[in-house]
Amino acid sequence: MSLKRLRQILAAVCFVSVTLLFLDFTGTIHHWLGWLAKTQFLPALLALNAGIIVFLVLLTLVFGRLYCSVICPLGVFQDVAARFGRRGKKLPYTFSKPVGWLRYGVLAVFVVLTLFFHAAAWLDPYAIYGRAANSLLQPVWMWGNNALAYLAERMDSYAFYSVDVWMKSAAVFGVSLAMIAVVAVLAWRNGRTYCNTVCPVGTVLGFLSRFSLFRITIDTSKCNGCTLCARNCKASCIDPKAHLVDGSRCVMCFDCLDKCSRGAIGYRFAYGKKAAGQEPAGAVRGQAGTDGSRRAFLAGSAVMLVSAVSAQVAKKVEPIKMDGGLADIIGKKEPDRATPITPPGSRGARHMQAHCTACQLCVSACPNGVLRPSHRLDTFMQPYVSYERGYCRPECTACADVCPAGAILKISRAEKSAIQIGHAVWVKDRCVPLTDGQECGNCARHCPTGAITMVPSVPGDPKSLKVPAVDTERCIGCGACENLCPARPLSAIYVEGHEVHRII
Amino acid sequence: MDQNNRHTDNKMDRRDFLKIVGISAATAAAGLYGCAPGKKDGTPDGGAVEVPKGKMTYRTIPPSPDRVSILGYGCMRWPMLPSPAENGNVIDQEEVNRLVDYAIGHGVNYFDTAPVYMQGWSETSTGIALKRHPRDKYFIATKMSNFSNADFDASVKMYHDSMRHLQVDYIDYYLLHSLGSQGARSFRTRFLDNGLLDYLVKEREAGRIRHLGWSFHGTKDEFDFILSFHERVHWDFIQIQLNYSDWKYATGNNVNADYLYAEISGRGIPMVIMEPLLGGRLSKLPEHIFSRLKERNPEGSVASWAFRFAGTPPMVLTVLSGMTYMEHLQDNIRTYSPLVPLTDEENKFLLDTAALMREYPTVPCNDCKYCMPCPYGIDIPGVLLHYNKCVNEGNIPQSRLDPDYAKARRAFLIGYDRSVPKLRQASHCIGCAQCNPHCPQSIDIPKELHRIDGYVEKLKQETL
Repeated sequence: MSLKRLRQILAAVCFVSVTLLFLDFTGTIHHWLGWLAKTQFLPALLALNAGIIVFLVLLTLVFGRLYCSVICPLGVFQDVAARFGRRGKKLPYTFSKPVGWLRYGVLAVFVVLTLFFHAAAWLDPYAIYGRAANSLLQPVWMWGNNALAYLAERMDSYAFYSVDVWMKSAAVFGVSLAMIAVVAVLAWRNGRTYCNTVCPVGTVLGFLSRFSLFRITIDTSKCNGCTLCARNCKASCIDPKAHLVDGSRCVMCFDCLDKCSRGAIGYRFAYGKKAAGQEPAGAVRGQAGTDGSRRAFLAGSAVMLVSAVSAQVAKKVEPIKMDGGLADIIGKKEPDRATPITPPGSRGARHMQAHCTACQLCVSACPNGVLRPSHRLDTFMQPYVSYERGYCRPECTACADVCPAGAILKISRAEKSAIQIGHAVWVKDRCVPLTDGQECGNCARHCPTGAITMVPSVPGDPKSLKVPAVDTERCIGCGACENLCPARPLSAIYVEGHEVHRII
Repeated sequence: MDQNNRHTDNKMDRRDFLKIVGISAATAAAGLYGCAPGKKDGTPDGGAVEVPKGKMTYRTIPPSPDRVSILGYGCMRWPMLPSPAENGNVIDQEEVNRLVDYAIGHGVNYFDTAPVYMQGWSETSTGIALKRHPRDKYFIATKMSNFSNADFDASVKMYHDSMRHLQVDYIDYYLLHSLGSQGARSFRTRFLDNGLLDYLVKEREAGRIRHLGWSFHGTKDEFDFILSFHERVHWDFIQIQLNYSDWKYATGNNVNADYLYAEISGRGIPMVIMEPLLGGRLSKLPEHIFSRLKERNPEGSVASWAFRFAGTPPMVLTVLSGMTYMEHLQDNIRTYSPLVPLTDEENKFLLDTAALMREYPTVPCNDCKYCMPCPYGIDIPGVLLHYNKCVNEGNIPQSRLDPDYAKARRAFLIGYDRSVPKLRQASHCIGCAQCNPHCPQSIDIPKELHRIDGYVEKLKQETL
């Protein structure tokens, strides 16, 4: 098998697997392949995951930028896009001179933005791909699942269950679409322009790869100067006249190797005298061994939870009550929260903002409809918590399990029950015992920490209808009360976020 | 098969084929009439076998001259449209017409409705369907459902509205609807204090009500009290809940049917039977009860046992069944064309079965929807029926260590979301208890919903 073919196979496996991570809503695929997201460079860097960083640096120093051709989903995506662009053209590319000031300039700007304005969200290649997969592909996946669930229901099978497909944020959807479109067009027209000009990961790895042990080199004694290699190079990094390959831009796709009829261009040990065709991708192959993915995919469509409607309560009973029928239900509205809520494990707004690349993996994985991307400028596209569709259920740690960037740190169920991400606030004017004169207490009944007690609404009259009193010392801000409150569209009890999470 | 024969076969078209199948089925069926009950024609849930015509059992209980079919049509469970028609009617009228035509064609002549059924549309739809048949071919029963408003004028208006909706100028059987509660919904408040009973008795004298009676769900004291009015009013009939489960083991505040039957028949009053199937609970049975019945009569439906039980006592005028689907109607017509009364041994077998069934902790909900609509949007019968279904199918794990825990948990939770939209599930019940007075089975609805919700939480959190 040629190196190119090997690279293609590994890339396809990685790409499909990472994509599946963004599609799966059951947690099954994460169970098997979740580590794949954690091998992504920028998330690993933000998570201070030293093992992964060292591995990726060494990989690059030995074999070159294999990362960009195999592990990075946006890199593989560009190859796919470029394939469409190249249709009909046999020799689509030409050598272009490196524009060093632009690359390093963009990198410098990015570093400054990241350190001071948390702009990692914008340019991380993995996150760009993740947002697109989440916005564009997950709904399709879910509709497919729902079709299967529809059939399963009719066959009395519980293999599939239906889930809610909803627009989490139109603005983020638009931006995700625009960014992936720009990358696609760039790739379609000119190969790896994004990787070698804009991408901060590409620039950093490119800086390392110019010193890598194995590189693409041209044997001048065999080269007849036909330029076939250069005109097939999607990184535009082969200078056929000078017989030089720009190691900083080469993404190790090995496309050039097959093109050269004279065996002049080769993947060789760059520091020895003799060039030896070595096995370059060995290190990568290990980590890409993902034949379990299909099984995980099938099982992933199983497991359980959620579907939904939206709406509640309006009609009161007519004077002569007829039997049957269902009262209309008005949908819940998001309350105006003074402090936005961040998921448990994220430690608080600042930690979240500094580490999150806004890849949407947590949003894809949240089974309760709680997480959605923010449209606030300072945290744009980063996830935040709201409780109109569900609440942060006590048994669930899905977001913490999947986060590759250390923005939402891994927590156990027990730890989760002790993290105060916010606290409940009672709104007297909307409380059902006072507005409808009906006994309620649904908030207290569902509070997982017992933070809500029902107290008489008339002080000193124990027989008066009871209203909730929140013990903020025990409240963890999970939103069960807010979500299950019968007051609609705004709940009579809602959660205010904590800027910094507290541990009880 | 030779060439010639094959040729003939090919030429036989679909209609011929059906005709032949139909004829042989009818012949087979005809040959079986009068055989032992177990040998009835037909597959349990409406098979392809011909439904007998003109074999229906009828009852005449003097002094009334009425010859009433033992199968009565309950108009509380008509098929519904996916969304209401232009005039707001929620009922699938075309389907109702088809069912009514079929029922009358097969000898059913008693139709029981009420002003509040089907969100108030049952009388209208039943009236439309019946109007297409001669008035002397069927008996109409409807009711005074003045639960929420016992005002005399409002009640009289309800009575006149019934005639208008049904498009009739007399009512064959008129019932004081669902007596048996106390307080604001009692017989005294609804019919004595406001003078409504006297009015209805006068209407009977005027011939606009041919028979006056009442339907009963409630306590023994209340029953005895209302029955004692027989001397004064002369009740022409009484509608009671009777089935093999309620015979000795009535749930909630309800009175055992053996007592009701003995008291009423002792006074020579005919009875109309409701809930012979307990809203389907006696056809959706736990597996080993199901096999127990099937073992005795593999070809008859499980429901047929319940209908034979309800129809066997001689003072039963008719047995009501709310048949939503043609298959149910056909199955019941088979059971009652003609009714093969239960033997003493079979009777004992069913009562033993009822004793066994008590071990299954189903909620005694019959899906009558009197509790609905819940002002907070809960689908109360939906939640309770899902729970019952899981009880019967053995999908209520008691512990994480149960051998089938994972499978049962999945079936319960996924089935729950399929049966009831999330926003209408038990977790949204606030416990206001406005539903409780409406429940004829006197279920403490919020208590049951909160119990089920607590169970769901345990399943979800895996803390069982």
